[in-house]
Amino acid sequence: MEPLTWSGAFGAFLNPLMLAALVVFVLGFLSNFVMTLAGLRAGEMVVNADHTLTLQKTPIDYALMSMKYAVLLFLACCVGYIVAGLVLPSIEQRGIIAGMAARFVPVWIALVAVFALSITFKRRLGLYGKLFDSLIGMVGFGLVMFWVFTAVFAGMVATHGPIDVISQMRNEVPGSPLPSPGDGVYAYYLLGGDNLGRDVFSRMVMGARDVLSIAPLATLFAFMVGVTLGLPAGYFGGKLDTIITFIANLVLAFPVILLFYLLVTPEIVLAGVPQYMSMVLFIFPIIFLVILFNSRFHTQPPKRALLLSIVLAIGSISYFSLISDRSDPDAPFRFWPEAVDLFDIPGNLLIVFVSVVFVNSPTVFRIVRGIVLDIKTRDYVAAAQTRGEGPWYIMLWEILPNARGPLIVDFCLRIGYTTILLGTLGFFGLGVSPESPDWGSTINEGRRLLTIYPHPALPPALALMSLVLGLNLLADGLREESLKD
Amino acid sequence: MALFILRRLGVMILTALCLTFVVFFLTNLFPNLEKLAKTQGNARMTDAEVVSWLDRNGYGGPMIMRYGEWLGVVPGWTREDSRDGEITGRCIDPGTDPADAPRFCGLLQGDMGFSTVSDDEVSNIIGGRLQLTGVLMFWAFAVMVPSALIVGVLAGMREGSRMDRSLSTFAIGSTATPEYVSGVIFIVVLASSTTGISPWLAANGWIEGRTLFLGSARSAMDDGVNFWNFTLPVMTIALYGMGYIARMTRASMAEVMTAQYIRTARLKGVSFPNIVLKHALRNALIAPFTVIMLQFPWLLTGVVIVETLFNYNGFGWTLVQAASNNDIELLLACSIVAVFVVLVTQLISDIGYVFLNPRIRIS
Repeated sequence: MEPLTWSGAFGAFLNPLMLAALVVFVLGFLSNFVMTLAGLRAGEMVVNADHTLTLQKTPIDYALMSMKYAVLLFLACCVGYIVAGLVLPSIEQRGIIAGMAARFVPVWIALVAVFALSITFKRRLGLYGKLFDSLIGMVGFGLVMFWVFTAVFAGMVATHGPIDVISQMRNEVPGSPLPSPGDGVYAYYLLGGDNLGRDVFSRMVMGARDVLSIAPLATLFAFMVGVTLGLPAGYFGGKLDTIITFIANLVLAFPVILLFYLLVTPEIVLAGVPQYMSMVLFIFPIIFLVILFNSRFHTQPPKRALLLSIVLAIGSISYFSLISDRSDPDAPFRFWPEAVDLFDIPGNLLIVFVSVVFVNSPTVFRIVRGIVLDIKTRDYVAAAQTRGEGPWYIMLWEILPNARGPLIVDFCLRIGYTTILLGTLGFFGLGVSPESPDWGSTINEGRRLLTIYPHPALPPALALMSLVLGLNLLADGLREESLKD
Repeated sequence: MALFILRRLGVMILTALCLTFVVFFLTNLFPNLEKLAKTQGNARMTDAEVVSWLDRNGYGGPMIMRYGEWLGVVPGWTREDSRDGEITGRCIDPGTDPADAPRFCGLLQGDMGFSTVSDDEVSNIIGGRLQLTGVLMFWAFAVMVPSALIVGVLAGMREGSRMDRSLSTFAIGSTATPEYVSGVIFIVVLASSTTGISPWLAANGWIEGRTLFLGSARSAMDDGVNFWNFTLPVMTIALYGMGYIARMTRASMAEVMTAQYIRTARLKGVSFPNIVLKHALRNALIAPFTVIMLQFPWLLTGVVIVETLFNYNGFGWTLVQAASNNDIELLLACSIVAVFVVLVTQLISDIGYVFLNPRIRIS
């Protein structure tokens, strides 16, 4: 079989159009730049003598207009490729780009549904709805949701298994056909094969699942730790504050990369350090939830008892399942009975998770502490104090909800940063497991033959970049919209 | 002011002590030592042999004493062999008379130990490597700081303008591109003989070699730095750090531009370039100064990634090698340097901020 072309049948007229759009954009940008430097200004409204308005157009306006239409044309071509993937019957006609677009169909449907619903009801959706007023926020949200849905539908999107090896496909270029595809097997490697003969496209898609299951969860844990420590440090101040701040600064002064190398080496895992660290770090969410409900409902004993027992039951079962591992003879904690040991986390995954949480929580702590120092002087805090509310109630139910804006923005940014950290770990071969399709590890594998075979390293690199870019844009949009009111 | 600096110094020394102890603790855990014993002695040692080897070589005592020895505040260990009466010790170099050896030999005496993998004094290795990284850092800073400041000032001087929006988007994009992504993209586009623009340029005869830039900085170590072998590593480091500094500069510039005294200047009829350059810039650059200083710890990570990616045997590369080869003393020395750099830049940024900002200095 022939290898696939990049653009397939539609490419004959979509490619020149796209190229033309690109050229027009570059020309428009350059002429705009030159004219701005030369001192020309964009046209302004002029009020005529008969009280009508005239918009004078200068060459700059035309340059800007051409840039705008070039961008629109380019986007239209991109949509054209997706449509081509949907309407053309066979994979040979579609080509690589449209072929990939066709694989992403569940993602497109979900994206369109989310955007249609959100924009329809955006006035009723609070801050989330306001996001759809800002273009940057929408682009960021779109990018993030694209990868979220890719992770969700990864099983449907991927063409092959992430660790299926076909040795003839080693380092094959994108669009190469399989040597002898069986029935029901996708006949092409859309983005080529890596140095072991695995499908780059499927590994990238499956990698989204790995990255998006670790990064947000790790960030959430880091927030739990940071909030649980930052609230009292900022609210009570004094010695407690000094001690916790010193410890946080200690962790912050550690170069991240050194910390990773110290924590993730096999010897450290053997010594059980990750288990001890997870024992400390994972107790914070339970503490947080217990205090949260206790401070609110301590005046209603039946409700409090119910909520606390639920939290404690679920919390302690998952906590002990997490830290204790019966099947591993080297594990430091093996006391928890097998019958209620719900899950065991492999040592590698645990250490990656723990080190990412550990690196992130001091920064969250500092942010929370700063916000609390600011908010605790407000009138509603004084009012609560006069009412006789306890300090924890004030911290968790008065201060924390009012600090949500900056915290949500930071949460988005921090997921991006965590993704970068995970990639860094993978890049140094310290990742989840050598076979794992997560993007950092894939980049690390691809970089050895980078100048000869660039195709295995490039897709995960671009995927990581677009996800982090989406998160940053989303945070920017959220910040802009939350500052408006 | 003197009191402030003294207090900061005190906290810094305390932090340094804590951090070095943590590093010492993590690198001297029993599995690490066991591996060391097996690589140095015999791979098939039994557990008892490992323990006796560790005892013989001074790894036996309690952790805190060994930390003191390493630091140079506790006398180095000495040990007399029970069979031939030979005296060995931490401070006694092989072949010298034990009587001449100093009592203390640790970090404070300038003795960083011995690298077991490279078979050389750690101080000899670290010096040269740091110099190489210094060159890389210098060029990265020389590219990053001016361009970030220009982008930030241009974006911040007219907040909300089209230039602001496009430059801000660029800054966000660059913070979203970690070194291992931009490095890979740069190599593929600019330094590969099969893809990117190099084959096209070479076919037209516009470049001499086969690629526009070199995808490895190895030749920069011996033949000196030139445009061909150093552009990509420098660009890779500079790009990631740049976005953050640019955003901070933009925020600070935008804040200054709304200040009353700028409005006064405008109403007086001062031209816009003059306002930006003479009135606003000086105040707008105080905040970015702190940010630039605090970029050092981040750059350290970047340096490690870039040196690994571009095969440049500097400090970061040494750190990676030491960590993966279980070269304990070398790794400790690397950690000291890293921690020292971070703490000193924090100190400089604190003191510099007070010096630069007259409002804080007076109060």
